[in-house]
Amino acid sequence: MSDLHIADISMRFDLPGGGSVQALENINLNIKSGQLLSVLGPSGCGKTTLLNIIAGFLAPTDGDIHLDGQLIEGPGPERGMVFQQGALFEWMNVRKNVSFGPDMKGVPRSKSAPEVDRLLEMVGLQDFKDKAVYELSGGMQQRVALARCLANDPDVILMDEPLGALDALTREKMQSLVLDLWKETGKTIILITHSVEEALLLGERLLVMAPRPGRVHKEYNLPFAELGVGADLREVKKHPDYTAKREEILAMIWEMEEEIMGRTEEAN
Amino acid sequence: MNESSVFYDLAMETVAIMISVGSVLIFLFGYIAIILVSLFLWRLVRKSVSREKNFNSLKTVTFGDESTVVSNTTASIVSVLLIFVLWGSFTGSKLLPSFLHVPGPYIGSGEFTYTAKDVSGETASANVSVIVHRADKQADKPVVEAGNGIVNDDALVIQAYRSKLLPWDKNDEIKRKNGGEIVKVNDQPISKNNPVDVGFARVSLTDKGTLNVVPYDGIQMEHIYLPAPEQVWSRLLTIADQGYQNITLAQHLGFSLWRVVVGFLIGAIIGIPLGYAMGLSNWFRGWFDPIVEFMRPVPPLALIPLVIIWAGIGEEGKVVLLFLAALWIMAIAARSGVSGVRITKIHAAYSLGASKLQILLRVIIPNSLPEIFTGARVAMGVCWGTVVAAELVAAEKGLGKMIVAASKFQNTDVVIMGIVLIGIIGFAIDVGIRLLERYLVPWKGKG
Repeated sequence: MSDLHIADISMRFDLPGGGSVQALENINLNIKSGQLLSVLGPSGCGKTTLLNIIAGFLAPTDGDIHLDGQLIEGPGPERGMVFQQGALFEWMNVRKNVSFGPDMKGVPRSKSAPEVDRLLEMVGLQDFKDKAVYELSGGMQQRVALARCLANDPDVILMDEPLGALDALTREKMQSLVLDLWKETGKTIILITHSVEEALLLGERLLVMAPRPGRVHKEYNLPFAELGVGADLREVKKHPDYTAKREEILAMIWEMEEEIMGRTEEAN
Repeated sequence: MNESSVFYDLAMETVAIMISVGSVLIFLFGYIAIILVSLFLWRLVRKSVSREKNFNSLKTVTFGDESTVVSNTTASIVSVLLIFVLWGSFTGSKLLPSFLHVPGPYIGSGEFTYTAKDVSGETASANVSVIVHRADKQADKPVVEAGNGIVNDDALVIQAYRSKLLPWDKNDEIKRKNGGEIVKVNDQPISKNNPVDVGFARVSLTDKGTLNVVPYDGIQMEHIYLPAPEQVWSRLLTIADQGYQNITLAQHLGFSLWRVVVGFLIGAIIGIPLGYAMGLSNWFRGWFDPIVEFMRPVPPLALIPLVIIWAGIGEEGKVVLLFLAALWIMAIAARSGVSGVRITKIHAAYSLGASKLQILLRVIIPNSLPEIFTGARVAMGVCWGTVVAAELVAAEKGLGKMIVAASKFQNTDVVIMGIVLIGIIGFAIDVGIRLLERYLVPWKGKG
């Protein structure tokens, strides 16, 4: 199975004006195949940096990451990525965007077409195959991005605030979709978010990160993702445990934000 | 020449320019008045016609709301029509009813009398019949009887906008060499500094004692300075049919366009890869930045003399010039097209398994196309302007050559026709590229 081992990752880089930033310090994580991990934290806690290191876009200054025993040294198709927005190729229609991964591998369109059609149906875009992506709404564009990622059949899906730019209603629908896709495909998913609700709803496992230096502050194992599969997410939100956890985490993040503010004020 | 005299000269020039600007202000205000009056009339017309109820017409705040300001088609039509009406009015165009013409030069016949006096103080009068004719028509000299008086009647034929001296004493007994002189015209005293208005002309006395007859010019433009619209049009037809100076219009046009297209294409073929290299590699960026940034602000027109020295006045020189005009623009457009690619797109492509070559071909190049089209529009505009200027300087064929040759023979109709043609073609090139752009890069501005 394709487990992800993150061993002692540190990230430190120099600033142009002198001095340096410790973006991440000693991150250790084991992510089992098929796990849905959500990562939450105040801005500047290094969650996106961590995701970029896993994706292979950044090299850590210390430590290393293995996927299925293979050292990660750069980006690769076994780690698919879904971005917040603007990562679709406007010069291709929906179908060509989704088949981009297979196309790069040299799979003929005739062979990839059934899978592409199946994925588009899964995300509910079967009627928009030949549309240009810029004609779609933001929510639909993110559906295309999900389908495009899945078409490449990655082991791990990395999501960098994929629903962050959507309006509240669309966002709720998309959260259900992410859960359904997770259950249906059994992929490992790492989801970065700044929404506490989203992290709770979607994270089978939840990491709260703290800033300066970026580190794992607290970890939770949560039942809500399982509950939410195929169910109404608003029902899940009424769960007493959910409300309690939400308040706990909000207070935690609030405290961290206050601390950052205090520190900056001291520095000033 | 010392430095202060430069400043003095420039100051004097500035004053002279301010004065000429001031003298045309009256026309400017007149034009603005026409605009405002037509606006007022249009509003009256619109009030009487039923008003459409689109979304903008329901807005109460329109002043300052940029979205409510759309080009008024009526205003555009009136503005263009007015240009032609003014043009026709000031040239006495046959396309306009004559009451719209501003007063033209006096055409027709007229008469005045002069009174000559000889040394003895004896005076005698005679008539002068004058015919003023248009430049494109001949007129026969009016017949006057030979007469046998002391002074006899004369006749003059004058072309419009010209004047003529009247050697009145040729057929008279009173001669200037004998001390005879003219003292009155139409019974009004005349002297060297005191000309007489005879109704259709001004008659003055020259130093040598002859009469100078200057028919009134009116305020229409003489056709050798500004031909009427229909003359320009008919000149276009004859030149399209027979050519100008043994070179057909198609040749003039074809050569200009051919130079632009070839120069632009070579510039694009070299400039675009250069821009890509600069956008993708530190080394290439560092290598070419100083060259491109230096060459870009040099106007291509400033290179004409050097290009003529190096490549002569043949086709190579012009193509080289246009190549240089297009090269830097296209390189910079391609560079910013590459730099403008969103990093998320590149990351997405890498994590979908694309190789560097695939990313170049499938992501970077398509992503840069909108910028390249913008660059192409600018470059074609600059090339078109440059080719005309280069042809003005030296060429055998081409629209620029045609108008500069025509200007040497005062063929103003050809010059104006050429300028209009140059404008229309420049506009057509721009529209053509925009259409191509809409067809080839429909995603422009929608990323």
